[in-house]
Amino acid sequence: METILLQEAVEKIPHGASLMIGGFMGVGTPERVIDELVRQGKRDLTVIANDNAMPGRGIGKLVSAGLLRRTIASHIGLNPETQQQMIAGRLQVDLVPQGTLIERIRAGGFGLGGVLTPTGVGTLVEDGKQKVAIDGKDFLVEPALRADFALVHAFLADYLGNLCYALTARNFNPVIAMAADTVIATAENIVPVGVIPPDQVVTPAPLVDYLVANP
Amino acid sequence: MDAQTVIAKRIALELRPGMLVNLGIGIPTLVANYVPAGMNVFFQSENGLIGTGPVPEDGMAHPMLTDAGGRPVSALPGACTFDSAMSFGLIRGGHLDMTVLGGLQVDQHGLLANWMIPGKMVPGMGGAMDLVTGARRVIVAMQHSAKGKPKILTACTLPLTSVRPVDLVVTELAVIAFPEGRPTLLETAPGVSVQQVLDATEAKLAVPADVPTMNIH
Repeated sequence: METILLQEAVEKIPHGASLMIGGFMGVGTPERVIDELVRQGKRDLTVIANDNAMPGRGIGKLVSAGLLRRTIASHIGLNPETQQQMIAGRLQVDLVPQGTLIERIRAGGFGLGGVLTPTGVGTLVEDGKQKVAIDGKDFLVEPALRADFALVHAFLADYLGNLCYALTARNFNPVIAMAADTVIATAENIVPVGVIPPDQVVTPAPLVDYLVANP
Repeated sequence: MDAQTVIAKRIALELRPGMLVNLGIGIPTLVANYVPAGMNVFFQSENGLIGTGPVPEDGMAHPMLTDAGGRPVSALPGACTFDSAMSFGLIRGGHLDMTVLGGLQVDQHGLLANWMIPGKMVPGMGGAMDLVTGARRVIVAMQHSAKGKPKILTACTLPLTSVRPVDLVVTELAVIAFPEGRPTLLETAPGVSVQQVLDATEAKLAVPADVPTMNIH
């Protein structure tokens, strides 16, 4: 783990990178990293996240700046700009049921090829997918997802990179921290080692590659 | 009593002590206002919270304590938080006793369509497909008709949310269930006749000899 300045952290992300970004309607999203991505104009990004937040917030800022080429998400209903770019053919949107999306990410981080889920059987979600029956019940084969980078936002980080989260800002964060080649974390508070009791650590330090220094 | 209140009050009668319940956005959220006094019910927000409480007073909101729509909520004593994998494990794994969702259409077998209108509204399914597929009991809270057109149909024209039938549909006119795959009128709302319900429903409802009035006040 390396502590790093915000600008340097984002400079490590190339154009065209795939990013998993924590947050649920912007809650628990690393907002400073998003702002720096916009400032550096990183383009052609693929963003894998629960949603696209809303204009002016979280991932919504990347959408407004026209930096996304593709997004894999469960919900875009609160971001009309995503829907407009999708209709205009500028942004590829893959809609995935929320429970399937998080399990595909979890599988990617846990060394599994994918998951079998009953969600989506017999619906539009089934199109083009393999279906298997186990004990007489149908499941869809949903492949694992990984990304080049996971952009994580924690409540507390210690100097080693151990992370814990606050309330509903946890959401996708600890799961994406397992599923990317490089993990960049920000935290509300960075504290000395030992301040976070071992039982409270959710994301262990060895998973974090870069901890962004607070201003 | 307006339509939403009728629906929310009637669904609240389905709550039992100790249940884990997920309420969707809109009318379903109102059910929490009518939990019987003294009954402990656990409400889940799928963004990672059990023990969801009322909207906090002005100035008391916490930016990291929100509902599935991203709006501030409070947490009741005994609440707990968890990540999205756990949250959907609870939902899909059969640990959720009841989910209450809005609906666009329900067909005569109880199949629900509530996540998209092709060409018009494509917000994404969010957690709806997992909720309908995995919850032990699925209750649809919706207005009986939309712009004068029935929403309880022979067959849905909109894409289905799941092939798992719902257990109960509650509207401002009626309570409908699907025993043995047959749409059946269980109750009518106060002041509503059986004929009114039949006239507003496209699916052919079975009508038992005795159709009581909803026990709401």
